[in-house]
Amino acid sequence: MDISLAIFFVISAVTLVACGIVAFSKNMIYSAFALLGVFAGVLGLYILLSADFVAIVQLVIYIGGILVLILFAVMLTTRIDMASGERRLVNKAMEPLAAFFGIAILGALIWKSFFSTHWTVSRVFYGPTTAAIGEKLLNEYLLPFEIISLLLILGLVGAMVLGRREVK
Amino acid sequence: MIPLEYFIAVGLIIFLLGLYTCLTRTNAIGILMGIELVLNAAGLNFVAFSHYNGNKIEGHVMTLFIIVLAAAEAVVALALLLAIYRRFKGIETEVVATLKE
Repeated sequence: MDISLAIFFVISAVTLVACGIVAFSKNMIYSAFALLGVFAGVLGLYILLSADFVAIVQLVIYIGGILVLILFAVMLTTRIDMASGERRLVNKAMEPLAAFFGIAILGALIWKSFFSTHWTVSRVFYGPTTAAIGEKLLNEYLLPFEIISLLLILGLVGAMVLGRREVK
Repeated sequence: MIPLEYFIAVGLIIFLLGLYTCLTRTNAIGILMGIELVLNAAGLNFVAFSHYNGNKIEGHVMTLFIIVLAAAEAVVALALLLAIYRRFKGIETEVVATLKE
């Protein structure tokens, strides 16, 4: 078997198992830590897809930033011993079942539409992408780039306003 | 060479599990985790399609935008959740169902 195919299967197995823990775990702390497995697995898939810059950004922002924030929030807002993500259900059997069937039908539809489309795959090659991304960001995507920096400032100020204590 | 379908299948499963997480959790942080899974799946799809389209860069740029948006969204949502926790002493979604105290 092709070595890259074997690596792909290992990485995607880790990713999907961690995803399952995030979705089905009874304990919020386990879910938050399993999110590390998902982000790291997607990072590995980015590397397999020859997206080196995106992989490093995923490492720095998702694993270094968002995951730490989520862990902080879980530990600040719930007591560890009773941090359950479980739903107090009106109908204990039917509600997850309904969600599951909705998800299954949606997934089957997406899968079918993907396979009924004829994709032309051009020749695949591997190479560095950072310089090309920089040129794209400062030529074609300059306006979205500036808008997104404005959005980051707004997010920063908004989080500070929301997070401060009220002064009488 | 890994076929395109494999990456799309992994992205699809991550997306569906994220949606399931959003639908079945009542803890607001759990819902936020589901949203992160959905955004990751979208980024993975963008990079996969751009890699199999001759390693074009557009998909990578879109994925970078998605990651930045996810960061901004997570920061604001978590600040909001901490404010809600201070006021309601809980972040279960049925606790916060009132419009005024």
